[in-house]
Amino acid sequence: MYPIVEKKVLSDNVKFLKIKAPLVAKKALPGQFIILRIDEKGERIPLTIADSDPKEGTVSIIFLEVGKTTKQLGSLKVGDALENFAGPLGMPSEVKKYGTVVCVGGGVGIAPLYPIVKALKEAGNRVISILGAKTADLLLLEKEIHAFSDEFYIATDDGSKGHKGFVSDVLQQIIDRHKVDMVMAIGPIIMMKVVSNLTKKYNIKTLVSLNPIMVDGTGMCGGCRVSIDGKTKFACVDGPEFDGHKVDYDNLMLRNRRFLHAEGEACKLTGAT
Amino acid sequence: MPEQSPRERIKNVKEVPFGYGKEIAIQEANRCLQCKNKPCMKGCPVEIDIPGFIACIAKGDFDKAAEIIKAKNNLPAISGRVCPYENQCEGECTLKKFGEPLGIGRLERFIADYEQEKGKKPPKKPEPTGKKIAVVGSGPAGLTCAGDLARMGHAVTIFEALHDPGGVLMYGIPEFRLPKAIVKSEVEYIKSLGVEIDYDIVVGKTITVQELMTEYDAVFIGTGAGLPNWLNIPGENLDGVYSANEFLTRVNMMKAYKFPEYDTPVKIGNIVVTFGAGNVAMDCARTALRLGAKTSYILYRRTEAEMPAREEEIEHAKQEGVIFKLLIAPIRFIGDEKGILKEVEYLKMQLGEPDESGRRRPVPIPGSEEKLAIDTALVAIGQSPNPLIPQTMKDLKIGKHGNIITDEDGRTSVPKIFAGGDIATGAATVILAMGAGKRAARAIDAYLKKAL
Repeated sequence: MYPIVEKKVLSDNVKFLKIKAPLVAKKALPGQFIILRIDEKGERIPLTIADSDPKEGTVSIIFLEVGKTTKQLGSLKVGDALENFAGPLGMPSEVKKYGTVVCVGGGVGIAPLYPIVKALKEAGNRVISILGAKTADLLLLEKEIHAFSDEFYIATDDGSKGHKGFVSDVLQQIIDRHKVDMVMAIGPIIMMKVVSNLTKKYNIKTLVSLNPIMVDGTGMCGGCRVSIDGKTKFACVDGPEFDGHKVDYDNLMLRNRRFLHAEGEACKLTGAT
Repeated sequence: MPEQSPRERIKNVKEVPFGYGKEIAIQEANRCLQCKNKPCMKGCPVEIDIPGFIACIAKGDFDKAAEIIKAKNNLPAISGRVCPYENQCEGECTLKKFGEPLGIGRLERFIADYEQEKGKKPPKKPEPTGKKIAVVGSGPAGLTCAGDLARMGHAVTIFEALHDPGGVLMYGIPEFRLPKAIVKSEVEYIKSLGVEIDYDIVVGKTITVQELMTEYDAVFIGTGAGLPNWLNIPGENLDGVYSANEFLTRVNMMKAYKFPEYDTPVKIGNIVVTFGAGNVAMDCARTALRLGAKTSYILYRRTEAEMPAREEEIEHAKQEGVIFKLLIAPIRFIGDEKGILKEVEYLKMQLGEPDESGRRRPVPIPGSEEKLAIDTALVAIGQSPNPLIPQTMKDLKIGKHGNIITDEDGRTSVPKIFAGGDIATGAATVILAMGAGKRAARAIDAYLKKAL
């Protein structure tokens, strides 16, 4: 069992949990994820690691309550424990000195971006960060990411903070002003698609972190397969990060809708909406 | 053997054959000729004294029969259900020359179930040797190797990536062929021998093999053939196409057949097509019926004579109403405007000259394209060895199919590391994995004694 040692409510439906999992904490690197199962009857869901502390033996996750499992996860309290917590899974981010990197995070995608921003900064890059959300209240880890960024921007859909509009607008302005050597984008699929389309025009290396539905997370089931440059790859063992210019985003969107009908049914039954 | 009627059984997930009762078992055992040269034993990968345990059943001494089986095989309730006996012990049985071979597999299952009901007694614990062994994976190879090593007095820890033990016994083979309660009970027996199992440990990620090598005196790798093969045709990533592994894992291990009581869903619609004709394909097609599919097809590019599945599995599938469409090769999946699978297009085939496997090679008939409306496609055309450990262990010699190269007894290119089962051979059977685990346990024991 893996006890919850800290919980924060970041917004109505975004929660932070710090979980005691010493073996995972010891190995976790930026970009990797875990698979958890709340209880005996639970499903296995992947979540990208938001932070880890090997000394303390803890791993932090931040998640949006979108379905039955994430809602149940969000209702747990400090002292509760998860049945299973396996990881760190997937390949870590390729952290090295690129020069100037732009880190783009959208929604809860900001959470897994944080350790990458930190690592890229520590590797000697000039880090420009752009965080995006629907509205200012939904922005995560602003202070934390700002602390490791040479330049820091915000974009909100409603203009409640920073630029009114999309992260891609801000990215365009940065590309117009700076030579950018690499872009790292994590967020909603549509955001990663738009960012990749933009950087492709300028031939800027772009990495995205994909979040397909998974079961085992060890390369066994192929449920998380994604099409990269026309070739089938498994996000769990080959990813989760891929060259943003080669991802078939439309197929990923389609595959992530595979069980929506069942999600609705499960939520109705448990009273979650 | 008495079994559930096909009509009844496709409405439940309960085991198909009921198993022998005491009288029938004794009667059957009495048919044994007790051949001096014991041909049946030549066919047994785990070296069970078959005439020995059969003689005990014939006398009604079931406890002694259990003891004889257990001396070689720690998992008889599993092998007694999923072994391809017809090619092994029963294939060599002298009675076969005159008619039906002896029902050795069924008698093994009978004894295993008898013992199960009575309560299994672990043998006396041997003197500890002070040696520690790490076993990676709790499938049939790992469980067998761990059990045998524990009985030799070694301290064994199994590292399992998933949340349940058993590997393919749990995620792959359906409940109606191998009830999960049986797997759990056999695992409990292995634990009663002193074996520890750690879950959620993905070796290569959570702990590396190198770390295991510093902490343990030897390492056995039995991580199986967990990488699904694909048809590599257009449309394979559409919503509605599953690998056999994903489909079976959702249903068996995650219990999607009990959704929404269990949280993991599966969606199959009315018309399900399984590609392939091995045991896994039969499991998929039969599982689909139990989940409510109206039509369950098997599409195979050769004929029934070339099907790799056991005859019993093919027979069971037919009885349950699985429709076999033979000499057919898919060329693409077609989706609707939302990307949801709706059709498969295929070519008809005819058999040509024999290929290197000796089976006649299927050749497409030009212009024979046809389409079939389907809701779900299950791709069951084989699995390759799981790449996680080979990827992270540079000095381990790997074959061209991604398998770990070993000798007969599981020795790898690295002295302290042994391997066996599907990770070494590519996808094979449960009993061959158990046999490999057994031989590796002996080799590890010899290696440790030499080191003393």
